[in-house]
Amino acid sequence: MSDEHGHDPEPLSDVERRARALEELLTEKGIVSSEFIDQVVEAYAQDIGPMNGAKVVARAWVDPEYKRRLLADGTAAIAELGFGGPEGDHIVAVENTPDVHNVVVCTLCSCYPWPVLGLPPNWYKSPPYRSRMVREPRAVLAEMGCDVPDDVEIRVWDSSAEVRYLVLPARPPGADGTSEDELAGTVTRDAMIGVAR
Amino acid sequence: MDGVHDLGGMQGFGPVEVEPDEPMFHGEWEARTFAVAGGALGAGGFNTPMFRHAIERMDPGHYLTSSYFEHWLTAVATLLVEARMISKDELDARAGTFALSRPATVAPDDVQLGSGRDAPSFAVGDAVRVRDVHFAGHTRCPRYVRGRQGVIVRVEPVVPIPELEAHRNEKVLDPTYGVRFDAVELWSDAAEANAPVHVDLYERYLEPV
Repeated sequence: MSDEHGHDPEPLSDVERRARALEELLTEKGIVSSEFIDQVVEAYAQDIGPMNGAKVVARAWVDPEYKRRLLADGTAAIAELGFGGPEGDHIVAVENTPDVHNVVVCTLCSCYPWPVLGLPPNWYKSPPYRSRMVREPRAVLAEMGCDVPDDVEIRVWDSSAEVRYLVLPARPPGADGTSEDELAGTVTRDAMIGVAR
Repeated sequence: MDGVHDLGGMQGFGPVEVEPDEPMFHGEWEARTFAVAGGALGAGGFNTPMFRHAIERMDPGHYLTSSYFEHWLTAVATLLVEARMISKDELDARAGTFALSRPATVAPDDVQLGSGRDAPSFAVGDAVRVRDVHFAGHTRCPRYVRGRQGVIVRVEPVVPIPELEAHRNEKVLDPTYGVRFDAVELWSDAAEANAPVHVDLYERYLEPV
């Protein structure tokens, strides 16, 4: 086996060897094409990520009518900006207010709104986050640097069926006159998961 | 199944570790495994609930010590071997020992059938209790809400029942709901103040209070 890839500078790790074995077997048997694999890798590397969700949030901040549509039917409002696809059939936007902070988790696996946030970071998929966020959200958020005042309700959303959640953060104060594009540049992935404010 | 994947409320895993400026993929193999899984799903050897259950069937030690994309890799290989589209021998010949998930412990006839419901029976504001069912196969009803009482806060889409898709490859519809649980109802003396939890649940998991 090593002969075929003898030009590789580093020997393959065990999991890399298994990944290569499966990919080669499936492409040789015609179950999956190399072209499909290349296309998916490129799309998720370049076109799908939290910059999409940031555009949704910025639009909601500058356009009250869009915000109303986003909160009423997230999937449709997000499709208006051209975003959709796998894990995006039922997106619900939940709004942070002075009295409510929302945060999203998937305790059973790692469900996440791919079309607007891309693929989840490792911590979102890790046992500490998945086990603790439903039980001690205030403590976990504080550890992650997100202090939520005691009188603000923390609403945890465990996405255990088909809905995928997008947190609509509060618009930063004093941003009048800032353009929609500039606002989008300030929206972070973590704020749209709810682990930042 | 009451497996290691059903993590809500478990203790002992330590702090959440955040990697600064984390890339979407850690190495080429993660990106290619993600794409291979999508392609294999499209090729018809399995559906999404089967895929999730194949991850749940991983040896618990392997599950907890391997990355998300290693879960995907293991599940895709397991399902395609079970569908006889590839063989374990072919995988082992290329990769050394290729660890697969354990076999399912429930048969298609073990699954409680659904009649199919396309209209919700509950409405926002209704009080419900989660049925205390311990099914050995695939379910999307987390352990930490079973037997607990909550309130419907959102009527969600009518979608196929995961148990029947995973074990019978049948699409039978059931309404889903967002259900709000007070922290005290879930965690009693360990509950944090002012921190309700919302869980998305299928109607078949719920009974009226």
